[in-house]
Amino acid sequence: MIRLSIQPFEPGAELAAFCAGRTESGAVASFVGIARADAGQTTALELEAYPGFTEVEIARFAEAAIARFSLHDVLIVHRHGSIAPGEPIVLVATAAAHRREAFDACDYLMDYLKSRAPFWKKEHGPDGARWVEPTARDLDDIARWD
Amino acid sequence: MRVLLFGRLGDLAGWRERSFDPAPPSLAALRALLAGEDAALGVALCGKGVQAAVDKIIVRGEIALAGASEVAFLPPMSGG
Repeated sequence: MIRLSIQPFEPGAELAAFCAGRTESGAVASFVGIARADAGQTTALELEAYPGFTEVEIARFAEAAIARFSLHDVLIVHRHGSIAPGEPIVLVATAAAHRREAFDACDYLMDYLKSRAPFWKKEHGPDGARWVEPTARDLDDIARWD
Repeated sequence: MRVLLFGRLGDLAGWRERSFDPAPPSLAALRALLAGEDAALGVALCGKGVQAAVDKIIVRGEIALAGASEVAFLPPMSGG
């Protein structure tokens, strides 16, 4: 399931609900991305989504991940709007029969979200605001899977 | 037809959504119209990594806009 949230979310509660009732998935892997303060250089993050497009594009990619890694299920919760340092931005959870597929799919989905998911991220700080685009490392990370 | 600008493109233009009636006949004509109003925006729309979506589907190359209701210009994306 893919969900965009303008409100803060609680990763623990989301993960507990995702794990509940699974009797065939021997492995659930998860990743939580948290907004960094960068020692005071970032006072807020602003994430812009394209409603009606962003969710559909992420869902398409999640379907591909399900097929590639034989997943039982995927959960992605992603914030948009204004996000304070310390708040979770994203939760990815993957369920599979065994741990390797769950770990790898979680890694893969995060690499995708960092450089190809339809969000635009602005960092606000004491020196003003700047748009963040994928770094060389983000692009190398996603290229590992091609 | 609605035109949407995301990320730095919206900041550069000073708007994020506008209506054009009548709709330009093609994506190239829309780009030319926008560039005529705002040269810096025109350059940015052709910049590296900027994609266009017509009715929420990414398009590559040139395309006619007959019947389209929404065009979005998408600079390089970054989530997570």
